[in-house]
Parts: sequence; structure tokens; C-alpha cells
Amino acid sequence: MAPITTLHYLVVAAALFVLGVIGVLTRRNVVIVLMSIELILNAVNLNLVAFSRLWGLHGQVFSIFVITDAAAEAAVGLGILIAFFRNKETVNVDEVDLLKW
Amino acid sequence: MFFLSHIWIIPLLPACGATIMFFFGRKLQKPAVSAVCVGAVVVAFLWACLAVWQYSDYSHQTPGKPYQTILYTWLGSGSNQLNYVTHDGSPVAFNADAGFLLDPLSAIWLLFVTGVGMLIHIYSTGYMAHEGGYYRFFGYLNLFMFSMLTLILANNYALMFVGWEGVGLCSYLLIGFYFHRKSASDAANKAFIVNRIGDAGFLLGMFTIAWYFGSVRFTDVNALARSGHFAIGDPIITAATLLLFVGACGKSAQLPLYVWLPDAMEGPTPVSALIHAATMVTAGVYMVARSNALFVLAPTSMKTVAIIGALTAIFAASIGLVQNDIKRVLAYSTVSQLGYMFLALGVGAFAAGVFHVFTHAFFKALLFLGAGSVIHAMSGEQDMQNMGDLNKRIPVTHWTMFLATLAIAGVPPFAGFFSKDEILWQSWSSEGGAYRVLWFIGYATALMTAFYMFRLMFLTFHGRARMSHEVEHHIHESPKSMTVPLMILAIGAVASGWLGWPHSLGGSNRFEKFLEPVFAREAMVLQEEKPSQLAAGAKEEEHTSGTEYLLMFLSVGAAAAGWGMAWKAYRNADKGYAEPIAKSTPFVYDVLYHKYYVDEGYDYAFTGRRKVGDVRLGTMGLGEASSWFDSNVIDGTVNGAGWMTRAIATLSNWWDKWIIDGVLVNGPAIVSRVISYPMRMLQWGLVQWYALVMVVGLVGFVAYYAWR
Repeated sequence: MAPITTLHYLVVAAALFVLGVIGVLTRRNVVIVLMSIELILNAVNLNLVAFSRLWGLHGQVFSIFVITDAAAEAAVGLGILIAFFRNKETVNVDEVDLLKW
Repeated sequence: MFFLSHIWIIPLLPACGATIMFFFGRKLQKPAVSAVCVGAVVVAFLWACLAVWQYSDYSHQTPGKPYQTILYTWLGSGSNQLNYVTHDGSPVAFNADAGFLLDPLSAIWLLFVTGVGMLIHIYSTGYMAHEGGYYRFFGYLNLFMFSMLTLILANNYALMFVGWEGVGLCSYLLIGFYFHRKSASDAANKAFIVNRIGDAGFLLGMFTIAWYFGSVRFTDVNALARSGHFAIGDPIITAATLLLFVGACGKSAQLPLYVWLPDAMEGPTPVSALIHAATMVTAGVYMVARSNALFVLAPTSMKTVAIIGALTAIFAASIGLVQNDIKRVLAYSTVSQLGYMFLALGVGAFAAGVFHVFTHAFFKALLFLGAGSVIHAMSGEQDMQNMGDLNKRIPVTHWTMFLATLAIAGVPPFAGFFSKDEILWQSWSSEGGAYRVLWFIGYATALMTAFYMFRLMFLTFHGRARMSHEVEHHIHESPKSMTVPLMILAIGAVASGWLGWPHSLGGSNRFEKFLEPVFAREAMVLQEEKPSQLAAGAKEEEHTSGTEYLLMFLSVGAAAAGWGMAWKAYRNADKGYAEPIAKSTPFVYDVLYHKYYVDEGYDYAFTGRRKVGDVRLGTMGLGEASSWFDSNVIDGTVNGAGWMTRAIATLSNWWDKWIIDGVLVNGPAIVSRVISYPMRMLQWGLVQWYALVMVVGLVGFVAYYAWR
């Protein structure tokens, strides 16, 4: 059994990233979109952690910050969503077009 | 000295009466009203008598020494504030006292005002018994008494002016007593307005005196005027005295301000007697006599006073010759007699003028009250054309009025003879005979006076009865409350002149001697100026008694001639009797009957009630001109300004709409909209498409850099 190398991590992270992007681009439900964004961020975290094997702990520390940021972003995003739902009674992203000219 | 030192009580008593009437009069019964108001005046009269009696004691050592009591400073400017500078640059704190002055001059006025006032109050209780507004009438009368007594007893010009205005107000109120009658309210307005003209003169005169002498107190002003600091003919004093005389002309109905007095007869007859004959109208004489120290320093003013007085005397007397309203005849007679008084003052015979005021108060009040009694008997008829043959039916009225007529006509030994003769004699002899023209005018007036008074008597009491049967049926003698005052006044009309029985007829002229201290200094000033004349006068004195007797004889002759002419013309007056003047000179009669068209002339020139051609002059003309000016010039300016504003606003609106909004605001907006049109196509609103574009772009960049 071959050892798990950095490349493996990167492949998994890339797969996660692509999954996230596809989710963001294709799903109509904003909650799912937000979850997809979490996927993208976690792909990044995975990359950071993977590279910290090579260059020290900086990557891990940075990933902690990213997780914090993700939490904050989710909170703000869900807050906006709830406020929006109260007005429009929908969570579909294709109906969020108020700023359209 | 109690009554003298509390002399301020005298005006206060009728003031209290008036106050009670003002607040409670409506609720009081007629007897209560009479008790309060008549009582106040009776007590005031008694108080005045006692005060004058104590005054004679007070001035026993130095006759004529004025008694002055100052209650408090009424108009005080304090010591440092409101100081003003007199003509010579010395700062003076202006003060006017609530102070009272009693000297022989004010004592005389005090006695006859309260005395005659009391009789007229009593008379009024009978005359007004059946009239509405009884309490109002007596309230006004008491208010008048208060004002008149303030005027008389004031120790300075300012307080005198308060009384002066007060009597003017009461005159207005009482002339307009029957205010529901248009003619009465018009007459009241006329009296008030004409008096305002005079009052303006009084005020200006007073201000001039205050500025020039630094005081308005009579004693101060007189002392300064007599101190010799001022030259005879001092222009400021001349101006001040002329201004004061304008005031006197208004109040005492002299030319050219006499027009209100005949119309004032619209008031109830006791009012005419009290205010417009005996007391108020003599206020002007009083004021001039009170200011004698100043007038003596202003020969121009003296001449003016004398000439105006003489002209007024003959002017009013000639109108009186042909009037038919019994009260109007008496009104013109009053104006004429006031003219006599001013003639006397003007020629320097102050005492003679005051003496005539005194006697006139009795006989003219009596004549008016008698006329009131006649009107009462005639059920309100005042036109003598509808009277006649009343002598047997109202005998008391007839006899008392007859005595008064003898007095006013100057028949010896009745009151008017002495006072009028004194005036005529003084105007003949004073200033070395410079005033003899005025003497002649006065003499002609005496003749006219006798004529119109006996005409009044004959038309009223003699001849045939010319009234309607109904009126004739009601004729009755007036009640005791009216006839008793008539009888008392008749005694005065007969005997009051005896106080001034002249030396030439073996009397002692006590009246003049009593007044001497008030005026004597003037004589001294005059004499210092003209020592030569004085010497001549002294010599003349011995030669003139012959002339004096001659003049006396002439004036008695005038009285007799007037009597005779009236007797000839009117003794058998029947319906449609002929006026002798109308028969001989219809033109003169017409002019006299229309009172020289003075009222019409004033309407043309001053009030503007009549138009001169198409133009209106005077007050109403001024009003019309102002109205025209207002509606054309002022309003035109306003409207012009409005039109201009609107025009500018329209222009500005257009500018704002098309240039500011159109070009400057909307222009850039349109431009940017046009430019931005292609740009906004990019914002189509699907978030995920935006994200897809980003991803594609990102992939594109990455690919580009990866495979480059």
C-alpha cells in the first residue's frame, strides 16, 4: 500500500473544491449554496493543512482563521437569508434579483 | 384754618358724587340721586364760603396774599432724571404739584361756580324730573363741578389743564346727553373737536412757559414775570400768551372758534346755563386773568385779545338780533358777553373783565334757567315765533327773566350796568385812548344787546299767543325747585353789581379793591414803562369824571334805545309778525339769519362737508385726497410691486424649469442614462450566472497562465 502523499491531499481538496463550485453554480436553494461555499472553504483548509506538512505550522494556524471566518460568514449569510425570507418568502437564489436594473 | 387748609375737599366732594353715580347710579332712586349729587355741591358751596372766609382772615395782613397748599408732587421728574434745560441753560427738574391755590381771583370763581352750580343743581331736580338718564345727568354735572373746581383751584398750568380737559369732556357728554338725537351728538362732536384746537394752543403755551420759566406753578411764573428780567414785548412771552389765548378762544367761544357754543344748546337747558353760560366758558377769561403777569409783558397779545374780544362781541350780538330759537339768542348773547370780558382783559382792565364774568354768571344763568322754564311750560317748544303772551301764565319766570334782561341790557342799577360800563369806560380811557375804536364797537354791541334781549322778552312774554291750542292748554308755572333758584339768581342779577359800585357814583368799588393785589403789580410794570403817560393819566383823572358821566349816560341811552326799538317792533307781535330788519334790509337780515354763513364757510374750508365747485377742501377733502392717494399711489405701488414680483417669478419659473432643470440637471442625467444603457445590460440579476462568469474567467486566467 502506497503511503499517502501530499498529492493525495491535493486531489481530494481539488475534488472538494470542484464539488463546491458545482454546488454554488447549480443549486437554487441558498442554504445549499452556503453549504457549498463551506465545501470550497474546507477544500482550501485541506490544502493549507496538507502544505503545512512541508513548511511548518503556519498553514494549520491559517486554516483555524479560515474556519473562524467561515463560521462568521455562515452566520451573516444565514442572517441575511432569514431577513430576506421574511420579505420575499423564498430562499431560491434565482429569485434574488432586487438589485437588477 | 381747617376749611382753608383742606380746600382740596371742595373738588373732591362732587368727584365722589360722580363716582357714586358711575358705579351705583343705575340702581338708585331719583331722590337718592338728588340727595347725593345736590348734597355734594351744597356742601362744596358751604365749604367754599368758609374757606374764603378763613382766607380773608389769612390775608388780613397782606391783602391778596395767595394761599397755597401742595398735597404732593403729581408729575415729578425727580431730582436727577428728566431734567431739562430752560432757555437760559439752567437745568430744572420739571415738577407739577397736585396743589391748590386760593387768592382773590380764584376765590371769586370758587364762590360763583359753587353758588350758581348749586342753584342749577337744585333747578335740575325739577327740570329733569321726567327725563330718562336722571342719574347719568347728575353724575355728569358733578363730574363737571369737580373738573371746574380743579381748574379754578389748581396752582399750576398742568393741573389747570386737567380741569380744562375735564370740563371739555363733561361739556361733550352733556351736550350729547340726548345722544339718540343726531343733532345733539353732532353738536357734541363739534364742541369737542373745536375745543381740541384751542386745547392744542393751551398745551403749546404751557410747554413754552415751562421751557422759558422752568416752572408751571403760577406763583413761580408770576414772580419771574414780575421780577423785571424780561423785557416788555419779549417774543417768547408773546408767543406763549398768544398760544394760551388760542386755548381761551376755544374754551370761551371767541372768534374764530366760537362756532361750537350756539350748537351746544342741544344739551339740556340747565347744562346750557351752568356750563355754556355761567362757568365753563369763562374758564378762558380765568386763564388769561390768571396769566395776567405774562400778558402784561406782551402788548401784542393784549391788543390781540382786545380786538378779538371786541369783534366777537359785536359779531355774535348782531347774529343774536334775528335768531328765533330762544336758547340760540342766549347762546349768541353769551358769546358776545364773553367778547366784552376779553375786551376788558385786552385793554388791561383785568378786574373789570373779572367783574363782568361775575355779574354775567348770575344774569346769564338766570336767563338760561328762565328759558328752560319757558321751554318746560311750552312742552319743549323753543321757537319764539310760536310763543307770546306768557307773562300772566308763568309770572315768576317772567319777572325774574325781566330783571335779568334789565341787568344784561345795562339798565342801572342792575348788575350788568356796573360791569359793562366799567369795561366800556376802561376801553375808552386806557392807553391814553388808543382803544376808542374798540369802545365804539363795545358801545354798538350794548345797543344790540338791549335790542335782542328785549326782543326776546317781548316775543316770549308779550304780544299775542302764537302757540297751538294743545300747547297753550298745557302751559303751567314750573315747580318750586325751579322757581326758587330763579328768584335767588334774580337777587344776584340785581345786586351782584353793587359790589363794584364805581367811585364816580359815590361807591367804593370793593370788587376791584379785592382783586387789586392780583393785578396791581401789572399796573406798576406798565407805569414804570411809561412814566410820562402815567403823569398825564394822573392829570387826566381829574378831568375824566365828566367824560365818565357822559359815557354812562350814553350807555344807559343805548339800553333805553334798544328797549324802545324792541317795544316798537314786537310788542304786538301776532302770527306772521314782521322783523324790522327783514323789512328794511332783507339782505342784511338774510346774512344775519344765516349767521354770516360761517358754518357754511367752515364746511367749505375746514370740514369739507360742502364742495367748492368739484373740489372738496378741509378735513374731508384731506380725507378724500388721502383716500385717493391710498387707493392709487400706495395701493398702486403695492399692486405694482406684486405685478413685478409675479412677472419676475414667471420668468424665474421658466428659467428654472427649462434651463436649470432641463439643461443643467436633467441634461447630465439623460447623457449618463444614454451612456449607461449598454452597461446595465450586464446586470441581469441571476447571481449564479455571475458566479459562473467568475469561475469561467478564473479558469480562463489560470489556463492562460498555465499554458502560456
